[in-house]
Amino acid sequence: MSLDKDTVKNIAYLARIRVDEAQLEPLAGELSSILDWIEQLQELDTDGVEPMASVAAMDLPQRKDVVTDGNCQTAVLKNAPDGEDGFYTVPKVVE
Amino acid sequence: MTKLTDLTIAAARDALAAKEFSATELTEAYIQAMEAGRDLNAYITETPDVALERARESDDRRARGGHIGSMDGMPIAMKDLFCTEGVLTTAGSHILDGFTPPYESTVSANLRSAGAVMLGKANLDEFAMGSANITSYYGPVKNPWSAKVGKDLVPGGSSGGSAAAVSGRLAMAATGTDTGGSIRQPASFCGIVGLKPTYGRCSRWGIVAFASSLDQAGPMTQTVRDAAIMLGAMAGHDPKDSTSAPVETPDFEAAITGNVKGLTIGIPKEYRMDGMDPEIQAIWDQGVEWLKAAGCNIKDVSLPTTKYALPTYYIVAPAEASANLARYDGVRYGLRVPGDSLDDMYMNTRGEGFGHEVQRRILIGTYALSSGYYDAYYIKAQKVRTLISNDFKAAFEDVDAILTPTAPSAAFGIGENQDDPVAMYLNDVFTVPTSLAGLPGISVPAGLNKDGLPLGLQLIGRGFDEGTILNVASVIEDAAGFQCKPGKEA
Amino acid sequence: MSYVIKGETGDWEVVIGLEVHCQVISNAKLFSGAATDFGAEPNTQVSLVDAAMPGMLPVINQECVKQAIKTGLGLKAEINTKSVFARKNYFYADLPQGYQISQFEEPIVGEGSIILDLPDGTSREVGIERLHLEQDAGKSLHDQDPKRTFIDLNRTGVALMEIVSKPDMRSPDDAGAYLRKLRSIVRYLETCDGNMDQGSMRCDVNVSVRPAGSDELRTRAETKNVNSVRFVMQAIEHEAARQVEVYENGGEVVQETRLFDAQTGTTRSMRSKEHAHDYRYFPDPDLLPLVFDQALVDDIKAGLPELPDERKDRYINDFGLSPYDAGVLVAEKDTAAYFEAVADGHDAKMAANWVINNIFAVLSDKGVGISECPVTAENLGKLLGLISDDTVSTKIAKEVFEIMIETGDDPEKIVEEKGLKQITDTGAIEAAVDEAIANGAAQVEQYKAGNEKVLGWFVGQVMKATQGKANPGQVNKLLKEKLGG
Repeated sequence: MSLDKDTVKNIAYLARIRVDEAQLEPLAGELSSILDWIEQLQELDTDGVEPMASVAAMDLPQRKDVVTDGNCQTAVLKNAPDGEDGFYTVPKVVE
Repeated sequence: MTKLTDLTIAAARDALAAKEFSATELTEAYIQAMEAGRDLNAYITETPDVALERARESDDRRARGGHIGSMDGMPIAMKDLFCTEGVLTTAGSHILDGFTPPYESTVSANLRSAGAVMLGKANLDEFAMGSANITSYYGPVKNPWSAKVGKDLVPGGSSGGSAAAVSGRLAMAATGTDTGGSIRQPASFCGIVGLKPTYGRCSRWGIVAFASSLDQAGPMTQTVRDAAIMLGAMAGHDPKDSTSAPVETPDFEAAITGNVKGLTIGIPKEYRMDGMDPEIQAIWDQGVEWLKAAGCNIKDVSLPTTKYALPTYYIVAPAEASANLARYDGVRYGLRVPGDSLDDMYMNTRGEGFGHEVQRRILIGTYALSSGYYDAYYIKAQKVRTLISNDFKAAFEDVDAILTPTAPSAAFGIGENQDDPVAMYLNDVFTVPTSLAGLPGISVPAGLNKDGLPLGLQLIGRGFDEGTILNVASVIEDAAGFQCKPGKEA
Repeated sequence: MSYVIKGETGDWEVVIGLEVHCQVISNAKLFSGAATDFGAEPNTQVSLVDAAMPGMLPVINQECVKQAIKTGLGLKAEINTKSVFARKNYFYADLPQGYQISQFEEPIVGEGSIILDLPDGTSREVGIERLHLEQDAGKSLHDQDPKRTFIDLNRTGVALMEIVSKPDMRSPDDAGAYLRKLRSIVRYLETCDGNMDQGSMRCDVNVSVRPAGSDELRTRAETKNVNSVRFVMQAIEHEAARQVEVYENGGEVVQETRLFDAQTGTTRSMRSKEHAHDYRYFPDPDLLPLVFDQALVDDIKAGLPELPDERKDRYINDFGLSPYDAGVLVAEKDTAAYFEAVADGHDAKMAANWVINNIFAVLSDKGVGISECPVTAENLGKLLGLISDDTVSTKIAKEVFEIMIETGDDPEKIVEEKGLKQITDTGAIEAAVDEAIANGAAQVEQYKAGNEKVLGWFVGQVMKATQGKANPGQVNKLLKEKLGG
């Protein structure tokens, strides 16, 4: 499985990671070699095998509908790189 | 008298009870050691003030005759993946610059309730992604055994700072986390004990997530008994973690009887890999002999899907990580690198904030989940995961524990194995299958190689049966008589 | 009554599917213990889980699960006792985790249906594709600062039910009826307040067109976040016309996301959102499959209230109301309850007429809901009683009603105080009749000459003399007797 530059560029955008143009080619090479190695999985016959998402042999626990949290604006905002009037702020979004 | 920093938890527990010294004295000794050992780069943040305050609280409890916890007064290092209230938490990443959590992880809070004293935050591979502790934004950690070979060795990873701190006696014990071997492999490289509990045994709440279906916290200690004591303090059901198992925490220390007579130990033939280091094979064979001598039955077992565990892991873990690390976006905490638009800001922040290995894994994970590849990669990997889990289920029909090497080699030099990511991934070949199956595994030091570097053996147990592997590990520990410490002659 | 777009090349029909997001009524959020109240100070109803702090984990709120099951039952849908939460991955400023926890391949509710009550009194069925639970996003405020967007996470993590219809609707009226019915159902069930103004119910509209009579499904365009029934209908009209024009000009409709502009009633392309969408859904490893017993479903089912469709049938069958009147009365649960209180012990048709003709007018004048109606159901019922037992005429009753609107008083008290009681005493009426005849010699002549219309003049005189309180039937009867008719 070989990844080309454009695919890497697209994945990097999906993941919102800036990759310098000059780095795309070598990165495509690295990722392709990892994927080539992973490719061996295709040798295995997994027809009819259930996919395993979790090893926890239990059902999802549920909590009661009680307000137990929140009301901690200071804690929520204290690490924010930028904020104002109780809001987080980001560069202007134009829709 | 033994140096304070050479004491095990078990020994210090008795000495503190006998008032031979105070928790404050013990902590001061470790603070000195921590400062003297800075060339190892084992800690990202030292917290001597926090440590002394908690040590004094411990002494007060003892003086008052208050409740004494199982770790009361024990100075430990906290892997910097555990969020600690009011103390910088970095995950070894630039992207968490300046992040001071307003909350305490469940495991670190449990340890604190048990009386443990936090010396500082231990270095690690960035977001726990790595097997050599060379991907940390805060620089590589040096293995305390480096002096033996006259070159700087890696401590293993990702819990490399924790392993180095315990091995170098800069902490009495340390917390680690293990996703594919991150407790056991560095334990083996540094000649200490490292236990990855059953998935669900320790709460993941407040631990910076790498791969949610695999991450488990566990103890890294000098001895098997210490691991049992510390695991007891860390474990417990947590309603804040939906995957935390609603089970009682047994008395793990009580499971260490030294009597393993009649237990059946499985030896998986698929772990005898082509081109395996003969010294690794030798120590494994030695382990078998010790257990035979102790009265165990040895049985060959087959785990046929073993070969596919690593590539499976390198789909599952990066896929989960690609989503888990999406929250580091420069908005609510950590690094922000400005940009003209929201997308620019995201891309600049994540481009600068994540190191190369983390980026690589996010990209692999993103690709594996992307439209058109999801079935071929992610679903395929999940199906193989089922097969791996079934392999263990079948094996545990016949055996009580499985013995394997922990890692395919001893510690290697800083800078080695760095060019090829896949070669680095192979470090976890013996530990990853256990992680995928969610089973407990412990690495116990079993001997030294010809260069005088430690080698560990791994025992794998049934789900929620840490007791058995602790007991068997203690037998190997006794038989190996592993007394050598880095810097001392073997 | 099919909806047809007359194009230059022929007739076109429109195919509509709706995705409606309903905020679940619960005290706390879907995966965190923060409160869900609307309108709090920014970022105060936010837990560390909602803010996606490192290491924070979701734990599901059982009430939200029950609400989804309840809604599913109200939609006559299949309930899946096992469902799976998945992460939907995308970056946005008001999505702190960088993914939305939603359900993808295995939703909690499967196929169901909804009956539309159309304006012409007919009904038709629209299929429900699925209902799933997911997290709401936060809010972005774009107009606080020239260079920055402000982010408030109070809404982040509130439970949403996304209800997806099949592409079964064929006109703006269908879509309007669908939304009104869905709102009615969730309000009956008390699973969502259905308030589109406040955004607790939001609608994405999928529209495609095709030549009339064809059964193909062409490319659809999705118009996001349309926030009133009227706007949804406008958006469909505009979008259908636009697509017909595109095809007739030889173009192709592209699959895209569009925005509705309420000012102009038109839709426009959201080009900014067109960049490489790939949500990379996968099962959330922080959560296990959601599994519950059929017994829970059965329990909830046993406790379901009477729903609008059943209530409508009951009004038609038991009260003899027309389907239209019954439909109007059951649309809001409170209105239906009001109506039933009025009708209790009285003629149901008369009660229905009074509620639909008079009460609705008052509510619309005053711009209030039924719960704030100045005329209580009890008082309106008493008024109907006064009409039925001939204490007041219908005409006087209207006067009394006007006073009730102003004062909220008991009609019996009003009739008593104002002396509006109908005169049924034959003697008193006879006196007034005699007086009218005595004063109207000319009119008597006309009447006798065969002009029966003039009887009205006598009735008018009698009513005037009795301030309108004389029983009209008795007045007519006496006049005819005395005039020898």
